[in-house]
Amino acid sequence: MPSILLVPIPPVTMERITSLRLPLQSIFDTDTVIDASIHLDIIAALDMYRNQYNSSILLASLKERFPQHEGKILGVSEVDFFVPVLTYVFGEAQLNGTVAVVSVYRLDDTLYGLPENPRRLNERLVKEAVHELGHTFGLYHCLDYDCVMHSSTTVEDIDIKRDNFCPACSRAVKRHLHARS
Amino acid sequence: MNGKPVRQNSILIVDDEIVVRDSLSKWFKQDGYRVDSAEDAAHALKKMSCGPWDIILLDIKMPGMSGLELQKHLHEIDSASTIIMITAFASVESAVQALKEGAFDYVTKPVDPDHLSHLVQKAIQHKKLADENAQLRQHITEITRGEDIVGNSPQMKKVIELAKTVAQTDTTAMIRGESGSGKEIIARAIHANSARRYFPIIAVNCGAVPETLLESELFGHEKGAFTGAQFRRKGKFEMADGGTIFLDEIGTISVKMQVQLLRVIETKQFTRVGGNEVIASDFRIICATNHDLEAAVKAGTFREDLYYRLNVFTIFIPPLRERKADIPLLARHFLTRYTISMNKPVKDISPDAMDMLVRYDWPGNVRELENVIERAMVLAAPPSIRPDDLPFQLIPKHHAPADESIDAVEKAHIEHVLAKYGWNITHSAHVLDIDRVTLYNKIARYGLVKP
Ligand SMILES: [Zn+2]
Ligand SMILES: [Zn+2]
Repeated sequence: MPSILLVPIPPVTMERITSLRLPLQSIFDTDTVIDASIHLDIIAALDMYRNQYNSSILLASLKERFPQHEGKILGVSEVDFFVPVLTYVFGEAQLNGTVAVVSVYRLDDTLYGLPENPRRLNERLVKEAVHELGHTFGLYHCLDYDCVMHSSTTVEDIDIKRDNFCPACSRAVKRHLHARS
Repeated sequence: MNGKPVRQNSILIVDDEIVVRDSLSKWFKQDGYRVDSAEDAAHALKKMSCGPWDIILLDIKMPGMSGLELQKHLHEIDSASTIIMITAFASVESAVQALKEGAFDYVTKPVDPDHLSHLVQKAIQHKKLADENAQLRQHITEITRGEDIVGNSPQMKKVIELAKTVAQTDTTAMIRGESGSGKEIIARAIHANSARRYFPIIAVNCGAVPETLLESELFGHEKGAFTGAQFRRKGKFEMADGGTIFLDEIGTISVKMQVQLLRVIETKQFTRVGGNEVIASDFRIICATNHDLEAAVKAGTFREDLYYRLNVFTIFIPPLRERKADIPLLARHFLTRYTISMNKPVKDISPDAMDMLVRYDWPGNVRELENVIERAMVLAAPPSIRPDDLPFQLIPKHHAPADESIDAVEKAHIEHVLAKYGWNITHSAHVLDIDRVTLYNKIARYGLVKP
């Protein structure tokens, strides 16, 4: 059974990484381990003009750092991500591949002028982590608004979906897990 | 269902920059589109033979033939393709020109992903694929939510019947009943049986949102609308587009909010706080209250016109003590739920424990019953819940503190919940619906100590 590797991409607190371990382990029903042994240089992904970080570059360097890993790799950071043509992304993944990244940055209510809400922040992070990992399991966006694979372009979209897969997406993940084991 | 549509919608991306082609291709592939890209006019024209393309995203500024020029050729080859122009901020003027030539719309680089996704969806619908999408949604037949059980007493059968009746219409529904009686479950049942079920139901507890934030909660706000608002926020009415908005505790909203609500109900339009853009949303309203709205109307604290707008079809949920026949069914339903979530082999409720459950008055209704079962599950020794696991004999009914300030009541309530759950912080926080840090803070603030 392929495992999930959680990799901190500083700046990010260890607490944040740890909070993802159990939810991911139970949702994917697979071992989830933290690997803080490498230091990924986030500056390589910085776009000085936009003051944001290119998540595609982070994906590529993650893949380079773990060439042999059998399972999935999720990098977690606290900086603002973008991909070239879009103003921002919450995360990015390699479709049907091995690597994914998510950021806490835009999930924080205080950036929307709202009171701090650590619990909601955490729920959003879990959903985005599951969503991006879902793409690495070959899943496309799902029409079911309740399903974690439903496309979310705003935090409000994230809030209405659950942190888990609909039955069809869930079957697709299981097929993928078994095909690899 | 897993994203691949029955007939995949297709997008052709024409842009000379490889990063733009790559990131847009990837983005739309994840959305289940068939995607291809071209780096210039010549390649784009060649790719037209691999069409039809539902949508063509076209960069205005390219070396060689410009996007504006190419637009005409593409339109000649396939007039059914919807063209969306991509432009750098500097060339908005040519984008406007493109619109005159028949482009559907334009976006400026870098593109707001939420805007792009809505634009593309709108374009697809524009192409009369709306029907196909609707059919597609019909295929989502699997129920992803666990069936909510409400009871099978004659009173509740009547409630369900009414819910199903009103679900067939698009009428505003009002659900009334005591706190904890399951008004939201009925709202969800109405939504789930309505034609809007493939769009979300968005719940707002009007009583739980501070007055200063309610406007932004309902209508959203633009970036910079107030201090700290670095980003735009979508409001609940915008999120409910196509679906249902459930306004709980409607009786608590201020007169100012009532005016705004009345306007949005009448026009189905609103603007975000701090913004001018008029947003249209197609929603159905279900509201709920445990207040005496009629008295509030008489007292002048609830607008009469809004009252009549909302009070079109009313469903009353009887309190649990008036439908004791439902208690065993509900208790077993919660038992099963917690057996699974706690992974504990407590599979039954002993007859004498069940008897106590049935005889109790349930001032907190179904929610209280659920909490009692959850707590009993923590205490119970397998295989069943026994009278000792129930809190009734231990806790005197309603011991209201002499000091009736909010702080005193909160302190007493927290103390009560902590005692009830043996000072299990995680559990108590869950029941109180606050996070653990907040609970620790409150324990410290009120100087509560574990016995
Ligand atoms: Zn996605
Ligand atoms: Zn799904």
